[in-house]
Amino acid sequence: MNLAVRDIRHSLGRFVLTTIGVGMLLMVVMGMGGIYRGLVDDALVVTRGVGADLWVVQQSTRGPFAEVSRLPRRVVDRVAAVPGVTDAREFVFHTIQREHRGKPLRMGVLGLGWPTDKGEGLPMVAGRVLAQNHYEMIADESLGLALGERLRLGKDTYTVVGVTSAMVSSGGDGIACFTSRDAQAIQFDEPGESVRLERQARRVRAGEIDFGRTQPSVLDRASGSSRAIVALPGPAVSAVIARLMPGADTDAVLRTFEGWSDITVYSAAQQEDLLLKGSVDRARRQILLFRVLLTIISAVIMALIIYTLTLDKLHPIALLKLIGAPNHVIVGLIMQQSLIMGALAYGVAYLIGQQLFPLFPRRVLVAGDDLLRLGAIVLVISVLASLLGIWKAMRVAPNEAIG
Amino acid sequence: MNDTLALQADGLTKVYGSGHTEVVAMRDASMRVRRGEITALLGPSGAGKSTFLLCVGLINPPTSGRVAIGGRPVLDGPRALVDLRRFRRENIGFVFQKSNLIPFLNAVENVQVVGELIGHPPPVARRRAIELLDALGVGARASNRSTQLSGGEQQRVTVARALANQPSLILADEPTAALDSVRGRQVMELFRDVAHQHGTGVIVVTHDQRALDVFDAIYQMEDGVLARAPALAQSECR
Repeated sequence: MNLAVRDIRHSLGRFVLTTIGVGMLLMVVMGMGGIYRGLVDDALVVTRGVGADLWVVQQSTRGPFAEVSRLPRRVVDRVAAVPGVTDAREFVFHTIQREHRGKPLRMGVLGLGWPTDKGEGLPMVAGRVLAQNHYEMIADESLGLALGERLRLGKDTYTVVGVTSAMVSSGGDGIACFTSRDAQAIQFDEPGESVRLERQARRVRAGEIDFGRTQPSVLDRASGSSRAIVALPGPAVSAVIARLMPGADTDAVLRTFEGWSDITVYSAAQQEDLLLKGSVDRARRQILLFRVLLTIISAVIMALIIYTLTLDKLHPIALLKLIGAPNHVIVGLIMQQSLIMGALAYGVAYLIGQQLFPLFPRRVLVAGDDLLRLGAIVLVISVLASLLGIWKAMRVAPNEAIG
Repeated sequence: MNDTLALQADGLTKVYGSGHTEVVAMRDASMRVRRGEITALLGPSGAGKSTFLLCVGLINPPTSGRVAIGGRPVLDGPRALVDLRRFRRENIGFVFQKSNLIPFLNAVENVQVVGELIGHPPPVARRRAIELLDALGVGARASNRSTQLSGGEQQRVTVARALANQPSLILADEPTAALDSVRGRQVMELFRDVAHQHGTGVIVVTHDQRALDVFDAIYQMEDGVLARAPALAQSECR
């Protein structure tokens, strides 16, 4: 006969309500873990999505995610020429915020290396990949943009031709993919007035130097279109990403790059490390502390509940001792109740979480490993929570049943 | 009734406290109860009856004296000669003033739990519990919880529980105090039948002088001193 189950059946309402309460607390613990997983997963979506083996960034920077990195576009060709590299392309990524349908629309802008990369590797759920070099975009579904929808960014209008799923930046913003050229056009877009003011400023600066004063044509060029000024560099890229040939010696390739003083190179693993240890790490530790606190609170609450349930049973426990029940029967009665409560609360946490987590504004990713780990933690706190009740029960004398 | 002793208590003394706070609750108390014999223990409140019951029930050992149950020595002064809880489980049944049923178990489970504690498989313990409840006239209430039973029914279930381990000795502490005189007498007769039919020694602590005729022996306790009542007094009661 299972005394624990009989006692639960006797005070079912209270037990169920208590279990739901503990379950909701555990759901928060589970959710915090899911938020962290989502944060990490979101942060790695871009780095893993582009499929790079090496990240070439501005010398001595930790770019392009941890800090700003600027490289001339020609670095792409230099990287591509290194033995062991199969292809190289520019990486353009930045975040913009625009007004759309009267609401702010934040999006990560990711440049694809057209024509080698049209978005085939993206997690598409609708539409198609990019089919032309300009004015098309692939948007993540979290941005709320529909297929065929047109969006004006800078001076151009882009049509949504594809929709992806789970493509969000480490900041939680949905990512939209454009060709690199379009991504840069969006990044470096300047209003007409700003262009005019810059041309005037350039003319002034050119007039202040001998070369400008003695060469009137220089002044004309300086105040004209930027493209017509040969000495000005083209728009910089955030980074250059390279893929290695199958079987290529990564260390050998890295040694080649070590001789280049204008760049720094990271492997894919190093780049992920930089990303996670940089922007995500503080959030991770914050969430971890909250989880620890919530777990302790859950354990304390469970201990108090089990202790209270035990106090209600002191007379039956004394009676059991009087009729000769061994201690393990009484310990089993209390510990089994605690374990049943823990197991049911865990189930409640999981079921409610499955319904609620998708409604959260950021992704809550509940991984199998985390579920197992939380299950083990619940097991431990269930056992610990029962100790106070067991201690109390062991102090009950059998003659208390008589009084 | 046979000549084997269900209980042999010799020279039991119980002292609480020490020095100037010392209280002698029981002094040199001796009692013999044969199997199949029902014995009454009378006395005013505070006379030491419950102390005696706690001592021979192996719950609160005496300061000095010896206790043997079913022919087996179990206490030599405060020193236990056996595993007391286990011995209680297997050899002693308890019945109290209040029914003292476990509230989260129904009637049959309250009896069945004792059978399981002494190692009977659950189906065997349950069958035996149902037989006992039937024999005591409460078989129809087997699935009721204690709150759904009358006082008399609760005491019958308690008696069934006390019998579930086929004990050598049943100790009953004022089992009829909460019952009216008719039901009180029924319970006393029930104890007599149990003692005679099951060959169990039964000690009943009681204040109720009206049902003394059911007892085979009567002891009186006053100021911690236990004495057997004269045979004449017993016959007068009958």
